[in-house]
Amino acid sequence: MLEAAAFYITAAVAVLSALMVVFARNPVRAVLFLILAFFAAAGLFVLQGAEFLAMILVIVYVGAVAVLFLFVVMMLDIDFAVLKAGVTANAPIGGLVALVLAAMLALTGFAWIESETAAANLQSPTPADMTNVAALGDIIYERYVLFFQLAGLVLLVAMIGAIVLTLRHREGVKRQDMHRQVNRTREEAVEVVDVKSGEGIG
Amino acid sequence: MYDFVTQFGPLWGALASVGQILGFIVVLLLSLAYLLLMDRKVWAAVQLRKGPNTVGAFGLLQSFADFIKFVVKEIVVPAGADRPLFLLAPLLTFIFAFITWAVIPVAPGWVISDLNVGILYIFAISSLGVYGIIIGGWASNSKYPFLGSLRSAAQMVSYEVSIGFVLVTILVMAGTMNLTTLVDAQAGGFWNWHVLSFDMLPWPAFLITIPMFVIFFISALAETNRPPFDLPEAESELVAGYQVEYSSTPYLLFMIGEYLNIVLMCALMTVLFFGGWHAPFDIAPFTWIPPVFWFAIKVVFFFFMFAMVKALVPRYRYDQLMRLGWKIFLPTSLAAVFVMAGIVVYTNAGQAI
Amino acid sequence: MNRIAQTLRGAALLDFWGAFALGMRYFFKKKPTINYPFEKGRLSPRFRGQHALRRYANGEERCIACKLCEAVCPAQAITIEAEPREDGSRRTTRYDIDMVKCIYCGFCAEACPVDAIVEGPNFEFAVETREELYYDKEKLLDNGDRWEREIARNLELDARYR
Repeated sequence: MLEAAAFYITAAVAVLSALMVVFARNPVRAVLFLILAFFAAAGLFVLQGAEFLAMILVIVYVGAVAVLFLFVVMMLDIDFAVLKAGVTANAPIGGLVALVLAAMLALTGFAWIESETAAANLQSPTPADMTNVAALGDIIYERYVLFFQLAGLVLLVAMIGAIVLTLRHREGVKRQDMHRQVNRTREEAVEVVDVKSGEGIG
Repeated sequence: MYDFVTQFGPLWGALASVGQILGFIVVLLLSLAYLLLMDRKVWAAVQLRKGPNTVGAFGLLQSFADFIKFVVKEIVVPAGADRPLFLLAPLLTFIFAFITWAVIPVAPGWVISDLNVGILYIFAISSLGVYGIIIGGWASNSKYPFLGSLRSAAQMVSYEVSIGFVLVTILVMAGTMNLTTLVDAQAGGFWNWHVLSFDMLPWPAFLITIPMFVIFFISALAETNRPPFDLPEAESELVAGYQVEYSSTPYLLFMIGEYLNIVLMCALMTVLFFGGWHAPFDIAPFTWIPPVFWFAIKVVFFFFMFAMVKALVPRYRYDQLMRLGWKIFLPTSLAAVFVMAGIVVYTNAGQAI
Repeated sequence: MNRIAQTLRGAALLDFWGAFALGMRYFFKKKPTINYPFEKGRLSPRFRGQHALRRYANGEERCIACKLCEAVCPAQAITIEAEPREDGSRRTTRYDIDMVKCIYCGFCAEACPVDAIVEGPNFEFAVETREELYYDKEKLLDNGDRWEREIARNLELDARYR
């Protein structure tokens, strides 16, 4: 009973906040609702017994990715009048796309039954004697280690690519060298000159 | 907490758990009041002052006087501020600071919720702490708060990375993410504390764990926006950063949240590195002191170190802060993760996590 | 080599431990704090605090309305109006000091030929409204009566340096 209530509350929050992401007028609020949706999804994971995944979702998406979203959206200066100018013109096409997508979602949602043997045919059922952290590690690092590492490699390549594309070496920029600063001695920095009267250093 | 429900039935069990949580919060807030006073007294002593000494004997009631003063003041919401978010931000900071404490074991069995992913939970919730600051800064509709919140977001996200890696080294070596189990593994004397040794790696561990502890301590300073990393509030350049527009109770909530996070970091250091509630020696005079007091003593010691750092170290410049986080702490802690994981695989000891 | 040594020194937090030792030394030093409303620091005889108009021992006010103080006042905080009295002596009918304008330079006391206007040792005259800081002659004379002992002592102590 309690679990069902928790599920319905979390699911309702997830759906409503996802709707608010689309309908919120202010982009910063939209991102904040997105964060709430992530959070509700994490709650659903916990209800499923996947607390490790839930924590990782919160740490990675809510704690890091969404902060960067928020960062970018806050700094943007969005003019809503310009954005909303084309709404009526594009409404028929947009409505059509939305209708098709909704129909497809409805089809997959309702015209679909779970077969009797589906549970037994699961690729990797959670072993009963393991915590789900260990079970997850077992799958990722034992059975699918190659794919996991390859996926990591793809991300690494993407990251390096992004850095290479955006990195510019600028000439003539003065940079700080902390070791040189700290190791600077009086002998290097100060020169005592005996200036003759009326001549100046020259 | 679940025990209460099975023991007393759903209604009385739920009430008992709520009572337990409330009691814990009250104890936490009371100790926070005195830790705040201690903070001020320590800075005062280092600066050759006496600190608050008027309200109550030796100023013991100062924090409560401040509390009353904050609460009875007027809440000012600036014109053009996003009112709901403006008021939500301090609440977020406050709530996240409190709910992290749910998994901290303060004595054997004294823990609100004994999660088996306790470390991850703490890490997840502390990574949410940035939202209070960033929302507060944005909702104020003012320049300095906004700049402060941007700085703070970048800073907290950066240092979370190294904190995360330090936590990973610890949980790889300890082989558990449950904080109670982690503390139990450190029983028997200070040489068993994780800052000096692990079960699977008795003596050379300190070569890695002591640097890890230093990284954790400094990252904790940055994570909680404490000096020398208090750039988000940098009073000499940003007035008070994200708190500029806040007054009265919302400001109080920010302050409590911030200090609670600091105490939480002290508690984490105690639990992860310094044996939690265990006495440094497992013999007579030390075992007379109850475990919860050992925990408190250690937390207070680390809080003292936090206060001393604030009193002694000048503020970092922003690029220096980023250099320290990304170029020094991140590679070091990453290397430590590799070495620790290598040791675990080599000794084949990390069978069960 | 130097770089490595520097790095090691940084990693060992040597700077911090030095500062910590110094901080702990100061931690246990005797604190010079004065517990202000209960203990007060010593004031110099030349301290320039709240203004006062003095009287002679027989109760006659010293001010002769020469208006030197009004003329010298750099903040133009002093306003004086004067008329001859019935006995023919020249006295002020109005002597106002705007304490909000006053910068406590002490020129009025320096300019005064009869030591009538002085700046006394009192500095605790904070009030709740601005109007209370517009001092009139009555208030200034009252200050003079109240602080005469301290003012006279301070003038006497300072006299040999003038």
